[in-house]
Amino acid sequence: MKDKLNSLKEQALGEIAAAGGLAELNDIRVKFLGKKGELTAILRGMGTLTAEERPLIGQIANEVREAIEQAINQKMSELKENERQEKLNKETIDVTLPGRPFMIGKRHPLTTVLDEIKEIFLGLGFEIAEGPEVELDYYNFEALNFPADHPARDMQDSFYISPGVLLRTHTSPVQPRVMEKKAPHIPVKVIAPGKVYRRDDDATHSPMFHQVEGFVIDKEISFSDLKGILLTVVRQMFGADRQIRLRPSFFPFTEPSAEVDVSCMSCNGSGCRVCSHTGWLEILGSGMIHPNVLKMSGYDPEQVTGFAFGLGIERIAMLKYGIDDLRLLFDNDKRFLAQF
Amino acid sequence: MRVSYKWLKEYVDIPVSPEELAERMTMTGVAVENIEYMGKNLNKIVTARIETISPHPNADKLVVCQINTGSENLQVVTGAPNVREGQVVLLALVGATLPDMKITRAKLRGVESFGMLCSAQELGLDPENFPPEQRNGILEFPGDTPLGVDVKELLGLDDVILELELTPNRADCLSMVGVAREVSAVLGTALKLPEINVTETEESIDGKVSININEPELCGRYVGRLIRNVKIGPSPNWMQQRLQAAGVRPISNMVDVTNYVMLELGQPLHAFDYGKLKDQTIIVRRAEEGEKLYSLDNVERTLTSDMLVITDPAGPAAIAGVMGGLESEITDSTTSVLLEAAYFKPASIHRTSKNLNLRSESSMRFEKGIDINGCLNAANRACQLIQEMGAGEIVSGFVDNHPSPSGNTVIRLRPDRIKLIVGVEVPGDRIKEIMLNLGFNVKEDGGDFLVEVPTRRGDISLEIDLIEEVARLYGYNNIPITLPEGASTEGRKTEVQAAVDRILDLMTECGLNEIITLSFMNPRNFDMLNLPMDDSRRVAVTVENPLSEEQRVLRTTVLPGLLDILARNSARKNKDLAMFEVGRVFVPVIGEKLPKEILTLGAVVSGKTPGNWQVRSYEMDFYYLKGILESLFRALNISGYSFVPEKGNHAFHPGRAASVRLNNEDIAVIGEIHPSVTENYKLNERVYAMEVNLEKVINACKGLKRIEPLPKYPSMERDMAIVVQRDVHAGEIIDDIKKNGGKLLKRVELFDIYEGEQIEKGYKSLAFALQFQAADRTLTDEEVTDAYEKIRNALSQTHNAQLRA
Ligand SMILES: [Zn+2]
Repeated sequence: MKDKLNSLKEQALGEIAAAGGLAELNDIRVKFLGKKGELTAILRGMGTLTAEERPLIGQIANEVREAIEQAINQKMSELKENERQEKLNKETIDVTLPGRPFMIGKRHPLTTVLDEIKEIFLGLGFEIAEGPEVELDYYNFEALNFPADHPARDMQDSFYISPGVLLRTHTSPVQPRVMEKKAPHIPVKVIAPGKVYRRDDDATHSPMFHQVEGFVIDKEISFSDLKGILLTVVRQMFGADRQIRLRPSFFPFTEPSAEVDVSCMSCNGSGCRVCSHTGWLEILGSGMIHPNVLKMSGYDPEQVTGFAFGLGIERIAMLKYGIDDLRLLFDNDKRFLAQF
Repeated sequence: MRVSYKWLKEYVDIPVSPEELAERMTMTGVAVENIEYMGKNLNKIVTARIETISPHPNADKLVVCQINTGSENLQVVTGAPNVREGQVVLLALVGATLPDMKITRAKLRGVESFGMLCSAQELGLDPENFPPEQRNGILEFPGDTPLGVDVKELLGLDDVILELELTPNRADCLSMVGVAREVSAVLGTALKLPEINVTETEESIDGKVSININEPELCGRYVGRLIRNVKIGPSPNWMQQRLQAAGVRPISNMVDVTNYVMLELGQPLHAFDYGKLKDQTIIVRRAEEGEKLYSLDNVERTLTSDMLVITDPAGPAAIAGVMGGLESEITDSTTSVLLEAAYFKPASIHRTSKNLNLRSESSMRFEKGIDINGCLNAANRACQLIQEMGAGEIVSGFVDNHPSPSGNTVIRLRPDRIKLIVGVEVPGDRIKEIMLNLGFNVKEDGGDFLVEVPTRRGDISLEIDLIEEVARLYGYNNIPITLPEGASTEGRKTEVQAAVDRILDLMTECGLNEIITLSFMNPRNFDMLNLPMDDSRRVAVTVENPLSEEQRVLRTTVLPGLLDILARNSARKNKDLAMFEVGRVFVPVIGEKLPKEILTLGAVVSGKTPGNWQVRSYEMDFYYLKGILESLFRALNISGYSFVPEKGNHAFHPGRAASVRLNNEDIAVIGEIHPSVTENYKLNERVYAMEVNLEKVINACKGLKRIEPLPKYPSMERDMAIVVQRDVHAGEIIDDIKKNGGKLLKRVELFDIYEGEQIEKGYKSLAFALQFQAADRTLTDEEVTDAYEKIRNALSQTHNAQLRA
C-alpha cells in the first residue's frame, strides 16, 4: 500500500509538471484528490491494514496529499503568472505615439509679473487698492504737489479728456485717493497696480503701460525703512543675492526722492549689454512722501511720515524674460503668448 | 548740459578723475549720463606748413606737397581743392588714427605719400564751426601757428565733457559756476569763482537808457548796460573752444560773450543794437494780439497777448527770454550795444516758447527759473569780458529796474526731523558742514539750525528741501537698511480681487490665452461692429489730443480689440485661436466728470480644437464658448442664470447669439460674430465671442458658505426621451422639467438631440437623464415613477411633447 501511495505521488507530480493550463490542472486535482479520486480509492483499502500499520499509512497518505496539493498550487500560480505575462505582452502599445492634445491657455506675461509682485507685497502685509484710469487733474497732479505750470501737465505728455480730466499718467493718484479715505488712520500699507497712459509711441514707449504704486504711512516711517522694504522686494523678485543702489532724484510728490537700481542679474554687476555696462539696472522710483501731499490728503506731516514707490511692469517683464522690444507685449502674437 | 572738465576746473578744485567725479555727482543727485573724451579718436595729427606744391605726374586732380612739421619734411599727396603754399594745416602722420580711418604709408598713382591733410569732417568735427571756404576742403590756421602742435591741444580737444542729466528742480546746475558749486559741495573742495570788475569810461548811462516794465508779474527785473565803440569780430580762441565744448556755435565776439556768460553764470543775456532802438527806450509789455515780429532765425512770428515782448516805442524788438528780433540784431556795423540781463517768469516763457514752438538755450533756462539776484552780476561779467577782449568800451553805470527785490530765505532745520525722515542720526557738525559746503549761511538756534538759502537755489523753500540736501550729500548709500516697525497689518486680496484672479485662472485652464490690448480705439469700429446709430456703445469717452485716429476714443466694448488681435494673428497664419482679455470699458455718465469704468471679460474662439491620431479635432463653436462661460459660473458658484436668444445685437449672428440674464439683468452676451462684421475685420473663419460684465458677475458670486452634506441614500436614474416641435428651445424644456420635478429631482442632463428619418419632419427628439434622490430615505420605484409622470404630463401639456418609444 505504501508503494501504491508512492507511485501515485510520482504519477501525480509528473502530470502536474506537464500540465499546460489552469483547466488541465483542475482536472488533475479532481483525478487524484477528488472525492472519487485515486487517493481516496487507495485509502479505501485501509480496512485491510493492521492496527499498527494504519497510523503509519495514514501519515504517508497525508504527506502524499500535501505534496500533490502543494505541487498543484505552485503550478497554478506559475500558470497564472504566465497567463498574465502573456496578456501584458499582447497589450503592449507604442508609448512614443503623441498623447491626446489639450488646449493650454497662458496668462499674459504682464499679468504674471503683476501677480508675482502682488504676492510679494501681500506677504509683507500690504493691501491692494485700485483707482480710475480716467482721472481728475486734481488727483493726478495737484494733490501730488505738482505745481500748476509743471511741464508734465502739458497736453504734450498727457491724454486729456476734458478740462481737468485726463487719462492718469501714473498710478500715484491712488495715493491721495486712499489717503483721503483713510486719514487719520494708521498704519497704511497699500499697493496700487494698474494701467497708465502717456503720449508716447515708439520702440521703447507704449501709450498705455502698467505700473505698481506702493506706499506706507505710519508714525516714524523713515528713508531707511524704504530701503529695507525695497531690498526685501527686489530680492524676492530677482533673487536673494541682488543688491540695490539708491540715487537721489526728483519727483514732486516725494522728498527726499531716489531712483533705485538693482545689480544686473545677467552679469551680476560686472557689466554687460543688458545693463549698458554699468552693472546696474534702474527699476523704480521712490521717496519719502512730501509733507504737502500728506497735508493735502488729511494727514499731519508732523505726526506721521511715509514713503512711496512706483515701478514699471513692462520693464520688469522685459528684464525677466529677455524681451527686447516693448511692442511685443502688446502685439499679442499667439506664438509669443504660448511661450510663458 | 555739457560740462567741460577743463573749464570746470577753473572754478573748483577737483582732485579726482572725471570718472570718479561723474560717479560721485551721480550718487549725490546730479546725474552724469555720459562721459565724452573729446579727442579720443585723434592721434598723431599735428600742425604743419605746406612749403611747396607741385603737380602730380600721373593725375590732374592730385598735387604733391612738401610739408614741414617743425621737426621733419614730408611728402604728401592730396586732392584737397584749397591748398596753398605757406598754409598751416593739420597733417595726419603715418600711423595716425582718425574717427573713421588709420593713416598708412601709401603710393597714390605712383607717388609716395607720408600722411594726409585733414578736413573738419575727417576729424569728426562740425564743418559749420569753421569759415565757409574751409568747409569743403582742408582746415587752415593762421600763419603764425606753431608747427608740430597736436590737434587736441590746438583745438582744445584735450578735454572731457560730462553730460549732465538734470532733474527739473536743479536749474541752478544749468551753468558752469552752478555745477562748480555743486562739485564743491560734493567733494568739499574750494570754489574759485571769477572776480568781476568792470573798467568803465567817463560817459555815464544816465539819461541814455530808459527801461519800463509794464508787467512786473512777468518780468521781475531788467538790468541794462550800455557799450560804446563796439568792434564786431571773432571772439578769442579760448572762448570759442569753450563754447564749442558746451555745444554752442561761435558767431561773433558780441554774441559769443552773451552765450559765454549764460553758460558760465546761467543768466541769459541779450544784446540790442542801441542805435536801432527808438528813443533809447525799452518797454517790457504783453504783445498785442496778432502783433508780428521777425525773430533772429528770420521767421515771421505772430504773437498773442499772453506773450511777453521787449519793445521800443516803435514796436517789438524781442520775444522776451525766447529769441531776439531781426531788426535790432547786432550787425557788423553796430557801434553801440544795449545789453539786457533780465528775469522773466518761468511759466510765461514756457508757454510762449511752447506756443511758438521755439526753444532756445535762453528760454530753456528762463522756464526752469534763474537767479533773480544774479542779473546785474552777469551783465557786469559780460561787460568785463567785452572790455578785456577789446570788443567795446563800457559806459559807466547801469539801469536796474527791479520792482520788488527779495532777499534770501531763512529756514529752520531740526536735527530731530532729519533723524525721523532719513532714519539716521546725522551729527550736528556734519549737518552744518553740508550747509556751508552748499554755500548756505548757518546759525545755531536752540539745537536747531537757521539756514539762509540764496535765491539761486529756487528749489529750496521748505525744511524738507534742506533735509533732502543733507540726505543726498550724507549719501543715500550710507543710510542704514531697516524695516518699518509699528502695528502689523494683514495683507489680503479683497473678494473682488480674488474673484478676478479666479476668473483669469479659469479662462486659461479652459485653454484661452490672455491678451492685453490698448484701452483706446478708432470710432470707426462702431461701424465695423454694425452698431446702429442709437446703440449705447457708440457713446464713448473722447480723447482730446489722441496720437492718431486709431486712439480717438476709449473703448466701450472689448470686442474690437479682440477682433483686431484675432485678425492680426490670422494674417500671420496663426490658426485655431482662443483668446481672452480682462480690462475696463469706459461708459460716459451724464452729469459726472469721470466715466464709469466697468471691468469686462471678453473672449473669442475661432478655428478648431487640437486633434491628432488619437482624437478628432472639432470646431470651437457657440457651445464650446458657452461651455466655458458655464464653467466660469460654476467656478464662481453662480446659478440661476439663463441664456435668452438675442436678435437685437447687430455685432452677432441673429440666430446664434444669446444674452445671459441673471437676477433680471443682462450680464453677458455670447454668440457667433455676424459674418459682415468678420468681413469688416478681414477674418475668413467663423468667430465666436462673448463679452461679460464682470462687475455684475462678481456681485452675484456669493462664494461657498456652508457645504451640503453628502447624500446617504442611493439615487435613481431615469431617462426620458421626448419629441417636440423643432423650434422649441431645449432651455425651456429643462426649466419645465426642473419646475415640475419636485424636491426629489436632483439633476437634469440633456444627453442627446435627434432629428431625422425616425422622427416626423419639423420635430426633434430630446433625451434627458433625470436623477432622483431623497436625503432621508431610499426612494421607491413608485415615488420615482410618480415624479417622472408628473414631469411627462407637464411637458405634454406645455410643449405638446410626446414620449418617444
Ligand atoms: Zn549686466
